[in-house]
Amino acid sequence: MRNPDATPARAERRARIARRLGRRYRAERRFRMLGVAAVSAALLFLAVLLVTVGLQGSTAFVQTEIRLDIVFDADTIGLGTDRGQAALGRGDYQALVKKSLRAMFPDVRSRSERRRLYGLVSSGAGLELRDLVLGDPGVIGTTRSVWLPASDDVDMVVKGRARTDLPASDRRVGDRELGWIETLRANDRLETRFNVRFFANGDSREPELAGILAALVGSLFSMLVCLALAFPIGVMAAIYLEEFAPRTRWTDLIEVNINNLAAVPSIIFGLLGLAVFLNLFGLPRSAPLVGGMVLALMTLPTIIIAARSALKAVPPSVREAALAIGASPVQTVLHHTLPLAMPGILTGAIVGMARALGDTAPLLMIGMVAFVVDIPRSIVDAASALPVQIFLWADSPERAFEERTAAAIIVLLVFLIAMNLTAVLLRRKFERRW
Amino acid sequence: MRLAIETVGAGEPTPGAVADAAPPPAIKARARNVDVFYGDKQALFGVDLDIPENRVTALIGPSGCGKSTFLRCLNRMNDVIEGCRVTGDITIDGVGILGPEIDVVELRARVGMVFQKPNPFPKSVYDNVAYGPRIHGLAESRDELDAIVRRSLERAGLWNEVHDRLGAPGTSLSGGQQQRLCIARAIAVEPELVLMDEPCSALDPVATARIEELIDELRTHFTIVVVTHSMQQAARVSQRTAFFHLGVLVEEGDTEQIFTNPRESRTEAYITGRFG
Repeated sequence: MRNPDATPARAERRARIARRLGRRYRAERRFRMLGVAAVSAALLFLAVLLVTVGLQGSTAFVQTEIRLDIVFDADTIGLGTDRGQAALGRGDYQALVKKSLRAMFPDVRSRSERRRLYGLVSSGAGLELRDLVLGDPGVIGTTRSVWLPASDDVDMVVKGRARTDLPASDRRVGDRELGWIETLRANDRLETRFNVRFFANGDSREPELAGILAALVGSLFSMLVCLALAFPIGVMAAIYLEEFAPRTRWTDLIEVNINNLAAVPSIIFGLLGLAVFLNLFGLPRSAPLVGGMVLALMTLPTIIIAARSALKAVPPSVREAALAIGASPVQTVLHHTLPLAMPGILTGAIVGMARALGDTAPLLMIGMVAFVVDIPRSIVDAASALPVQIFLWADSPERAFEERTAAAIIVLLVFLIAMNLTAVLLRRKFERRW
Repeated sequence: MRLAIETVGAGEPTPGAVADAAPPPAIKARARNVDVFYGDKQALFGVDLDIPENRVTALIGPSGCGKSTFLRCLNRMNDVIEGCRVTGDITIDGVGILGPEIDVVELRARVGMVFQKPNPFPKSVYDNVAYGPRIHGLAESRDELDAIVRRSLERAGLWNEVHDRLGAPGTSLSGGQQQRLCIARAIAVEPELVLMDEPCSALDPVATARIEELIDELRTHFTIVVVTHSMQQAARVSQRTAFFHLGVLVEEGDTEQIFTNPRESRTEAYITGRFG
């Protein structure tokens, strides 16, 4: 730089480069800014999504409950002298709730007023009292202070999700009820408590009783079936196609078709499941077994494609080394190629499984859209799935299902994150083997 | 760089002289009229070559001349390459190896191979060496396996460097050590023939000198065929040399004769550096 330029031509050349240099750097800065902008926009949308879902759904994790002094009076329940489980199960336990409410508000006399008073407490409260008695028949004849779920309308008012500034005729909860709520609250008989029912119950028509467990278990079973089928079949197919199959027109055709299958809309797989698994094989409707099988069909192409590219990425020198020492082709794959390809295969599997977890369409086709109250105990019991449950609740008219829908989405996201985390940990474990 | 190689080479007696003094060795492998095709393209034309037992045979020639292709015929590694076809006749101890009835897994247990780029398995040093004996079931017990691993590493001149870290990954060693590990892995199954495909081309001169010494030591137990780009290397380590050009075996003979008094003008042109 210190030396003067030998010729004017060289000075001119350097000036040109210098002029252009500024433009090149500006282009580079523009490109980087665009990248940062794109990433920021994506993060912003993600944040908006998470915050809305979080705000909407967080209130569903608590539930308004009312403490009632229940007199477990055999006559009110309608029990005779028989104290067998069957007889106990037939009793009218809601009557206990009504009696307790009447005792608390003795000034409520007319039939319509009383019906409004009874409406404060969930219609499922009687069932909870029944379960209490079935669990311990000794409570009959005693008086207990019991926390029972409030009805969804009361719940919405207490959580501030229903407007109370409208004229009484436009509200689901009248002035009378608001007065009772205030009285209960003043007597420490009404508070919001952690919503155990949301995690312990199946679906219900009553929002305050509806829970996610049936759908969660259904999803879990479906995912297990899906993994158990799709992972081994997919990996073995990939190994055969990549390591053993001769390259002929047939294998080319198979490859093209696998790639096409990965792009087939999931509802088509649902139709296939309906036609083959339900109608032809006669497997049970609404069962996680069939759900898992359909999702496995859907996941297979993704796993095969990912596994093939992971196998292809293993350096050929490893294969040669193993073959040259006298390993058979299967030993070469199992001892050397497959372990090295495993992290990539796991990544592909988790991408496919995550898609399967969130998919609703194929499950609708095989009847996993049913209203499921009982928690499935096996893979052939009727079950629902998380995304289907979200879909069903989002469709329900009751106000209280709005927050439950959001809460179910949170549960689904947590499930998804847990799955991805497992995959990341597994992958790291495999990569540690250098 | 070059100096280092030559001083190491010059310090030793010429291997060719040793071969001359000994009685003519038995022929371990014999190739007759070997043609190799990659698809429609012919890579080797009617190669006839004898590989003497317990000698080092060097295959030299410019890039793409077919020397590696010929080497890979000897353990049928060409089978892996799609569209590759080998005709002619190759025998080891008088038994043909090219027939479809020959079990390549068994053949490769008898004919070991070391590659151009060190390719240890991404496993521990121990597992690298133990892999061959394990899959072929050569060791009855853990102690026996330990002994095989130790003897192989000692023969490969690596034991003193790695005996205290047999559990370390093979890929964590230096390039030269990795290549000696690959040699240990190949000789752990006690092959009769060891093929080396440019074993030093990815190594520095010091590591190269170490491998060359090793090759010379190994020939007391094994028959060795080595492909090399370096004529000095061929001159230093081999007793027999075969010169390939454009898929044809131009000339073969005692190393000393090839380098001092080649019969073919093409051989002379190549070894004096006029082409290739």
